Amino acid sequence: MSILVYVENTDGKFKKSAFEVVSYAKAIADNTNSDLVAISIGNVAQDELATLGNYGASKVLTVNTDQLSSFVNQAYASIISEAVKSTGANLLVLSNSFSGKGLAPRIAAKLHAALADGALSLPTIEGEKLTVKKTAFSNKAFATVELTAAIKVIALSPNAYETKETGGTVAVEPFTANVAATDFSTIVREIVRATDKVSLPEAEIVVSAGRGLKGPENWGMIEELADVLGAATACSKPVSDAGWRPHSEHVGQTGIVVSPNLYIAIGISGAIQHLAGVSSSKTIVVINKDPEAPFFKVADYGIVGDAFDIVPKLTQALKAYKGN
Amino acid sequence: MKILVCISNVPDTTSKITFTNDNTAFNTTGVQFIINPYDEIALSKAVELAEGGKGTVTVINVGDASSDATIRKALAIGADNAVRVNAVPRDAWFVANQIASYAKDNAFDLILTGRESIDYNGAQVGAIIAELLNIPSVSIAKKVDVTADAVSVEREIEGGKEVVTAKLPIVIGTAEGVAEPKIPNMRGIMSARTKPLDVLEPSTVDTLSRIVAYETPAPRGTVKLVDPAEVEKLVSLLHDEAKVI
Repeated sequence: MSILVYVENTDGKFKKSAFEVVSYAKAIADNTNSDLVAISIGNVAQDELATLGNYGASKVLTVNTDQLSSFVNQAYASIISEAVKSTGANLLVLSNSFSGKGLAPRIAAKLHAALADGALSLPTIEGEKLTVKKTAFSNKAFATVELTAAIKVIALSPNAYETKETGGTVAVEPFTANVAATDFSTIVREIVRATDKVSLPEAEIVVSAGRGLKGPENWGMIEELADVLGAATACSKPVSDAGWRPHSEHVGQTGIVVSPNLYIAIGISGAIQHLAGVSSSKTIVVINKDPEAPFFKVADYGIVGDAFDIVPKLTQALKAYKGN
Repeated sequence: MKILVCISNVPDTTSKITFTNDNTAFNTTGVQFIINPYDEIALSKAVELAEGGKGTVTVINVGDASSDATIRKALAIGADNAVRVNAVPRDAWFVANQIASYAKDNAFDLILTGRESIDYNGAQVGAIIAELLNIPSVSIAKKVDVTADAVSVEREIEGGKEVVTAKLPIVIGTAEGVAEPKIPNMRGIMSARTKPLDVLEPSTVDTLSRIVAYETPAPRGTVKLVDPAEVEKLVSLLHDEAKVI
């Protein structure tokens, strides 16, 4: 097996998801005695590229032109497909990030490859046969999918695989690919990114609140708790439907599916659609004044009590803990 | 403007998910099927864009006759006509090829899908269609503005948004916020019965993947309750026992 891994950058910096996919691909490479080559597109400095060696990539192909400084899925798909062909890779790994979701199917279609999107763990490989576990029914279940095409693509869910530093160095090699002018038919006009906030799909800790908060004016204490924990904030569907919080914070079956290490649910009763979106969280804490709230049935820890009383106390206790 | 909306027939969001045949098949017993909620957003947007004679909306589904109730619902919401490719969907490649081959012959200006389906959580069909038609695509749109020959789309990125523009035709995967869901009114429901629903036979397409087994999440142990007067204890448990802080 020959493996190529696409590493996504934001403004020239690799995100955690990039190191996750390299670590994941490295584990597959080790299990199958394969070489691991990475590909990076856009303007990334040499010292940043060098960090990939630390996670197990032996070589990184770089493609960098002005036109490629922002993400254009058609052009990126063409380049990565060309790299798969030129390296002879039969497995491509990338992140199932928002951009990855727009990219992976286009690459797969170009290569007549099979794609598993939302992969959650390492694949099982026996000869030509590859199966991998992925999310299904918005995490109410999981499916094991067999990729039957000659070339296989795995889009790994963010936060599903831990990064692992192996030590090592990476050789940087420029790569050129022919990209048709029609591949630049979408033009990026504006990028707005809240730099002071933790991104929800990638967050290791999520503090989420529901209708129990009574109104948007009460989110200050949620943000304060999230700040202390370095957490992302999230909410239930009724809250985003009511316009108290943006849709991008809605966690659940029809919103964002998350798998953080710690999910703290405050004033959320736990409708089946919401529980689907959080079921692969490693630890769940529920704070609710109703002891009968269904959320307690899937929680690891719970406090039955009034959020307006508990949350500030918890923030104080965490501040004291962090201070030590 | 000619708009094509791709709809998937999925279990209602309140469904309890179970499996049969030694965990190899989804158990549909007692399950209510609906339009995939993200596809319903796509459809609502399409109907909004076409309102007042500004365009036509065609919905397309790849499925057997059991999808017909869901397709009629889409017609009641406001689509002008519907097409069903008469095949049980096998994988995203198969479905996308069926839709692309219909779209090739019908010159749509705009093709909308939901951002993903809530059953197999694939977010593949839209972008594969775009690749097969060699046109642009945006996968997770939060806001869509359409002019006579171009679109401006806000797409979701980690921790923010990106605004992209493109000329038509384009494929867009819609998320929450693109349109308010439209509720069918009585006139819509009545007229849905007589709107055209064409059934086409599928073209021959290979499949590239298959689901071999399902599992449900392992149940968690009983919740450990902490006294509201002792929140410090929760902090210790998260640190010492769960090891998450």
